[in-house]
Amino acid sequence: MNLSASLKKVLLVVFASLLLSACATTTKKSGQMQGDVYTGSDTIEYLASGVQDRVFFATNKSVLTTAARDVLRKQAAWMRKKKDISVTIEGHADERGTREYNLALGERRANAVKDYLMTYGISGGRLSVISYGKERPVDSGSNPLAWSKNRRSVTVKAK
Amino acid sequence: MKKFITIIFFLFFYQNSVFAVVEIDITRGNLDPLPIAVSPLHVESGSKDIKQGGKIIKNVGEEISKVIEINFKRSGLFNPLKKDSFVQSSDIAHVKPRFEDWKLIKAQALVTGKVKVSEGKLRAEFRLWDVVAAKEMIALAFSTTPENWRRVAHIISDKIYQRLTGEEGYFDTRIIYVSETGPKTQRIKKLAIMDQDGANVKYLTLGNELVLTPRFSPTNQLVTYLSYFRNLPRVYLLDIETGIQEVVGDFPGMTFAPRFSPDGKKIIMSFAKDGNSDIYTMDLEKRVVEKITEHSSIDTSPSYSPNGKYIVFNSDRSGLQQIYVMRSDGSNVKRVTFGKGLYGTPVWSPRGDLIAFTKVHKGKFYIGVMRTDGSGERLLTENFYQEAPSWSPNGRVLIFYRETKSDSEGKGFSATLWSIDLTGYNERLIKTETDGSDPSWSSLLSK
Repeated sequence: MNLSASLKKVLLVVFASLLLSACATTTKKSGQMQGDVYTGSDTIEYLASGVQDRVFFATNKSVLTTAARDVLRKQAAWMRKKKDISVTIEGHADERGTREYNLALGERRANAVKDYLMTYGISGGRLSVISYGKERPVDSGSNPLAWSKNRRSVTVKAK
Repeated sequence: MKKFITIIFFLFFYQNSVFAVVEIDITRGNLDPLPIAVSPLHVESGSKDIKQGGKIIKNVGEEISKVIEINFKRSGLFNPLKKDSFVQSSDIAHVKPRFEDWKLIKAQALVTGKVKVSEGKLRAEFRLWDVVAAKEMIALAFSTTPENWRRVAHIISDKIYQRLTGEEGYFDTRIIYVSETGPKTQRIKKLAIMDQDGANVKYLTLGNELVLTPRFSPTNQLVTYLSYFRNLPRVYLLDIETGIQEVVGDFPGMTFAPRFSPDGKKIIMSFAKDGNSDIYTMDLEKRVVEKITEHSSIDTSPSYSPNGKYIVFNSDRSGLQQIYVMRSDGSNVKRVTFGKGLYGTPVWSPRGDLIAFTKVHKGKFYIGVMRTDGSGERLLTENFYQEAPSWSPNGRVLIFYRETKSDSEGKGFSATLWSIDLTGYNERLIKTETDGSDPSWSSLLSK
């Protein structure tokens, strides 16, 4: 009897906190960052159902996060199925750096993605790379959240 | 500007002022600009009007003096006095100035001259007078075409600057930059060129593809830059006279950050392959490509020392962006920046004595200078975002660009060109008809 009562209380608390956190994430403009890697869903587009077109990076880094590798494995799986598709992998940087270094950083990020896709069986001939440095931000804002959305590598279907 | 217009100098009366009463020290912050009276050049009778770009210039003598005054004012070293206080008329003052009249309005130096415009020819002469010592300091004459009247004003400014400071001037120069328009997410960029005072703007590309980071050749006839033509980012050459563009070399990947070697024979740039950016040179005549750096890090933004023996560049081989110096064959790489923060965009001064750079620390951007071994770091200005300094040919002024903060709609964004003296004084906005970035200074045109 006592156990069931306290269990109900625990469940109540659990449900209440779930509700509260759910409210927090359904707010329209709440982006998220882990460290300074963007983890939100804003700006993301889809190459196919369930296949996100982009991954995000920490400041000055080109390392692929766990989340990024997850996205890229799905991209690779999609490309293994659609053998006639080639892509261009774009590398981008945020505006908080010198222009020329950012061009090189974008190139490094795009190549990190390319290398990872190749380890999943996609031939290099289907993957071309282009860096835009800081020239094509997706979010014009001058704040850490906007910058985290701009530190990205986007896979685009080649025409 | 036509490269084939010659300017002939006639030195007909030069007096070396032993007393050197009127002198300007440009090595320290100049808080006491020299009061100088620039009399309009007297237009000789029989002179024709000048037709230029749909406008008619009736008094080119007055226009020349205005350009000189603006040059002097913008240098921060001179205080050009207001013309409505001038007592003597321009033609008489040029022959025999009444120094007492000029002393009354507190002038320490006086510029007088005369100009004659005939069919296809402009002849000008000027004199610089030391009002305090009541002596003539320089007298020079020029001959050119009427459309070049602005260059006459700039050369006169340079001669006066040189006489009074002991250093070469920088007024007869041009600036190449990237003109920017459009929303922040989709900027339209064009190569633009203008006189250092903002006049004679010309657009060199159409804006159909991204263009970035242009640099002049040592003779100012060619420009090297990065273009995204056909969505393939590569280094290009553009001939300013003909407008003809050609890609530099045949690289299987992105080339960027290009500059000319001091002898103009090579392009030095970064080449990105498989995510790694190294520095390469290409001989423009022999088309021979040489790899200069060999490292898995990002190596970019190279800059030659004026004698061509060394290269300063940006590398993150230590983990973060720092500045390194190496011999021009790539040997003997030495790190020179050790301060807190990131360092980038190093540029070697034309005087050979300093390296200017961009520094980023705790979210702030700085333009600074240091000695070529990395010592004596001096930060000249701080901003939310600024970078990429370029030296005036006399190594005394730096030009760079700034960007402002914007909201997620891009409101509030602007990119502007700025200059600052080596002393850290005289920070100045350089007005351009559109937004601007990536400015680069030419060498003196008259060399």
